[in-house]
Amino acid sequence: MTPDKLAADKRLRIGFIPLCDATALLIAVDKGFTAAEGLDVELVREVSWANIRDKLNIGLFDAAHLIAPIAIASSLGLGHVKVPIVAPFALGVNGNAITVSPALYASLAAAADGNIGDPLVTAKALAKVVATRKQRGQEPLTFGMTFPFSTHNYHLRFWMAAGGVDPDEDVRLVVLPPPYMVESLANRHVDAFCVGAPWNSVAVDLGIGFILHFVSDILPRAAEKVLGFRGRWARENPEMLAALVRAHAKAADFVEDPANRDEVCALLAPANRIGVAPEVLRRTFDGRLKVSPDGATRSDPNYLLVGRDGAGRPDPAQAAWLYAQMVRWGQAPFSDEMCRAAMAVFRPDLYDDATIGMNGPTANAPASIGAFAGPVFDPRDIAGHLAAWRIGRVPIS
Amino acid sequence: MDPSFKIVIVDKNPIRAAILEDGLREAGHVQVVRIDETSHLLQRIYTLDPDVILIDLENPSRDVLEQMFQMSRVVKRPIAMFVDQSDRASIEAAVDAGVSAYIVGGLRKERVQNILDLCISRFNAFSRLESELEKTRSALEERKVIDRAKGILMKAKNLTEETAYALLRKTAMNENKKIAEVAQSVITAAELFK
Repeated sequence: MTPDKLAADKRLRIGFIPLCDATALLIAVDKGFTAAEGLDVELVREVSWANIRDKLNIGLFDAAHLIAPIAIASSLGLGHVKVPIVAPFALGVNGNAITVSPALYASLAAAADGNIGDPLVTAKALAKVVATRKQRGQEPLTFGMTFPFSTHNYHLRFWMAAGGVDPDEDVRLVVLPPPYMVESLANRHVDAFCVGAPWNSVAVDLGIGFILHFVSDILPRAAEKVLGFRGRWARENPEMLAALVRAHAKAADFVEDPANRDEVCALLAPANRIGVAPEVLRRTFDGRLKVSPDGATRSDPNYLLVGRDGAGRPDPAQAAWLYAQMVRWGQAPFSDEMCRAAMAVFRPDLYDDATIGMNGPTANAPASIGAFAGPVFDPRDIAGHLAAWRIGRVPIS
Repeated sequence: MDPSFKIVIVDKNPIRAAILEDGLREAGHVQVVRIDETSHLLQRIYTLDPDVILIDLENPSRDVLEQMFQMSRVVKRPIAMFVDQSDRASIEAAVDAGVSAYIVGGLRKERVQNILDLCISRFNAFSRLESELEKTRSALEERKVIDRAKGILMKAKNLTEETAYALLRKTAMNENKKIAEVAQSVITAAELFK
């Protein structure tokens, strides 16, 4: 089947949420990498993850920009209709950050015993702040995140629990659509949030938030978004799927080349794409973020990876880590079978098949998940991972 | 109809929400509450304690409702999305129409099905109305553009209204364009020559 025949067969509709980690997808289409593969792709901007998930599940979308845990939850039938999803391309690794209000920042700084850049120090400081508030009879702190099955939810929980804060008992975790995060911090509906770019930077620019941690402080390499397909669609359209993965791999390379960065940011800025000024987007890709309203900046080359260092190749160990978090927080029952099913959502084999002849990686780093607290994660020993924590909804012992 | 039966509508479009509310009232539902604010949505819904929540599919707060399903496990309230795996056709019809429904209490499925069916037909009627309005509006816009272009031609070339229109029509036919498009280029050109 020639690429032209593919395009003639069907126009592909792909849903996305306006976020920096949709970049490989947006650039693949807008710079013509999909057209070069003979694909006719229509991008559809969406407002909620629930909507993206439903439209992908019922076939209104052929593929979608998904937070990795949604792809896993959908495949396992957690929280909604069970529809197996396959993820042959990872759209982003890292990119989230935890932003806190100036008041909370001051309390954490005062309670911190050590370097406030260290997540274990801030988590312990948070435990003190929480205890003091409880003593004084004040309302619990409220943290915003994007979805029950989201990396943001798990990153926040992993961080605070390491310091002794029970995320279900000691604080409130609430879902907020990303565009409402900043407003909610400004009008004090939340004291902090965990969200992807560019919303953390927007809060700092407005002078209402401090970026406390990049997610790379918590987990050096955290699977974030994937390009998800219905399992059935993937089986029936292997050529189109491979062509899309190739187009995305090329787009990711294009995005990662600093020489193209101005062009990339200009393409992403319009309202029908991400809808944020190019300068703000640029900070994300450069990994150089303003972290406090007084203008202090912080650089981290691993702030957001779009394809670089093998980031595009989905790593099943990451899927296992996310499944382990679902079990830890009572969202999923624990079984080896479910763990295998979760890992099977991430398809490095499809990535490899599609990118033969390109310079992509053909293996993920063996110990690709480290964390600032707890033992090294071993995907074959979820029970061991869960047993290592004092705080969790499903204590295994 | 059970008078204690409560339905919440979350829709930012006041006209559509009103159409929906009227429909539900006509069908005999007494307790229908509209929420158009996004802040504190969960809290408001908990306070109202509805049996069914109907939400506009394009509302970003759908993700907030998803959390409600998660939290319900903790507070031990029976809660379910009525569209289960066997209801693919219902999901499709609902998504097409732009409405999503959530059951909050332990309701009988047939009952919710009726409510959703009503919403789907109302939503569809609303979008038909909207697209007709859009058509009328753009037809009116086109008329205005053509009238302005006619005026320009009449003045510049000293033509009657009829011949000015004939000229526009002929040019449109020759260039395989719509009359309104040609009229727009006449206006643009006239602006440039000013």
